[in-house]
Amino acid sequence: MMRRTWWIYLIGVLGLVAVAAPFLWMVLGSFKTQGELLRVPPTWLPQDATTQNYDDLFSKANFPRYFLNSALVALVVTAGNLTFCSMIGYALAKLRFKGRNALFVVVMATLMIPGMVTFVPLFVLVTNAGLANSYPGLILPFLVSPFGVFLMRQFFLGLPDDLMDAGRVDGSGELGIFARIMLPLTRPALATLGILTFLGSWNNFLWPLVIAQTEDKYTLPVALALYSTGQNAQNYGLLMAGAVVVVLPVLVMFLAFQRHVTKGIAITGLK
Amino acid sequence: MTVVTERETRAVRRTPPPGRPRRKISRESAAAWILVLPFVLLFLAFTAGPVLGSLGMSFTDIKQRDLRTPFAVNGVGFGNYVKAFQDETFRKAAFNTAYFVVLGVPLTLVVALAAAVLLDRGVKRFQALFKVGYYLPVVTSIVAIAVIWRFVLAPDSGLLNTVLGWVGIDGPNWLASKTWAMPSLIAMAVWRNFGSAMIIFLAGLQGIPQSVEEAGQIDGAGSWQRFRYLIMPLLRPTILFTSVTTGIGYLQFFEEPFVMTQGGPLNSTISVSMYTYNQFGFGNYGLATAMAYILFVVIAVITFIQFRLLREK
Repeated sequence: MMRRTWWIYLIGVLGLVAVAAPFLWMVLGSFKTQGELLRVPPTWLPQDATTQNYDDLFSKANFPRYFLNSALVALVVTAGNLTFCSMIGYALAKLRFKGRNALFVVVMATLMIPGMVTFVPLFVLVTNAGLANSYPGLILPFLVSPFGVFLMRQFFLGLPDDLMDAGRVDGSGELGIFARIMLPLTRPALATLGILTFLGSWNNFLWPLVIAQTEDKYTLPVALALYSTGQNAQNYGLLMAGAVVVVLPVLVMFLAFQRHVTKGIAITGLK
Repeated sequence: MTVVTERETRAVRRTPPPGRPRRKISRESAAAWILVLPFVLLFLAFTAGPVLGSLGMSFTDIKQRDLRTPFAVNGVGFGNYVKAFQDETFRKAAFNTAYFVVLGVPLTLVVALAAAVLLDRGVKRFQALFKVGYYLPVVTSIVAIAVIWRFVLAPDSGLLNTVLGWVGIDGPNWLASKTWAMPSLIAMAVWRNFGSAMIIFLAGLQGIPQSVEEAGQIDGAGSWQRFRYLIMPLLRPTILFTSVTTGIGYLQFFEEPFVMTQGGPLNSTISVSMYTYNQFGFGNYGLATAMAYILFVVIAVITFIQFRLLREK
């Protein structure tokens, strides 16, 4: 029995090593010089460690700007999703109105539509509205998501109707019941939706790639992708440091809130 | 008990006061529409509208020069669809996408299921640590991952070939090889995505009552038999769900070839999504939307089949 446990743990740890190795490679590589990155055989620890790559990110490449763009877009998108998805989620779960089921079915049907389908007409629309290469252009298409509607509706379904009736007896209006009684109870669901939306927006690629046309509107993934395929493609240290700047904030955030993330994934998987 | 009370309260509230005509819109549905309206407007403008717009565009000859006048274009019927299927590169992209899905989905699920069983049955202590560790790649930017993996897969100074060198294997130049580029991208996709399905499997495994396994044990089934004949059938809906969601994700395969290979070498890693994006870049909006719709129809059919399979059970 003891021996069996021992090798099972070994497999588990080997798996962790396989998952972690590229991340470790990235972090260590970001402190290496270009010469060392090309050395054969490669080194694990930086022999002549340098922060030159990070200096370049700030001076030659405008990464602080991309970072702020990503953060701004992700924060506004998250706030929008929390507000609008909780509103409609409550209505779909707890209020009776004409067309409720049809609305839910239509929204859920869009869950499987690939981003590729909508982006050309969306591009035409946003461009003609004068919003190309602007923050509203980056943000507006993502202020609501069918996933958020689903998650919030599921959570509201689990709250007892008695609470609403108690509010009505006390003379609250319908909107007051939503905002003051029911919404505060959904804090765990809001946390899950908030963190997942933030991560999704932070990592979003196709739309910002199309709509951010000048460098001052790039988000981090767009900047990193264009650097890695453009004239900087050979500047390996810069790319590794750039990848660190893209990945590290979400890793920290995920580790802080991982309970909410995994719960949200499990909920949607078991609908 | 609760249900009755609730009905009674509702009944009282719903009765119109005597002498006054019944209001047409109840307070409840008025509130509902206030709550629903912002979503519906955003949804119509940025999701439903574009979906229909895309369908419309796919039957026209709209090009980049028509950007400002999207309605002044000519219908071409199914011309774009015919053109797509006649296009050799599109067929290549469809083949590559299928290759990616057919190989990538089962591999991802097998690794995910193995990891879930490992965590659920084997690694009792530190389970949370393992779970978080395996899940990490899922939440990281795929662009950043693609950049990192380019270095991992580099021919001489790369991590993978160095490790292979320890056991005497002379690894190829993965991404520059027509044979190895696709398998490299598949390996990377499995590495990145298995954690997502793992979490769902883990929840599924934890939902299976212990008595099921105990019964098998009493009947003398070994651990593999218990897994194969007791656990697997109970996990069937979960496996079906994860295979479809993973498949839908893999069908949209885009960032990996965009960052790592640009579809090369010699179009050996170009995907439907990437070729669609290229056609958009060339200004062929009509053709691009038709290609996107072909992808959409494939996804819709797969989802529909999933629903049918789930309903049977």
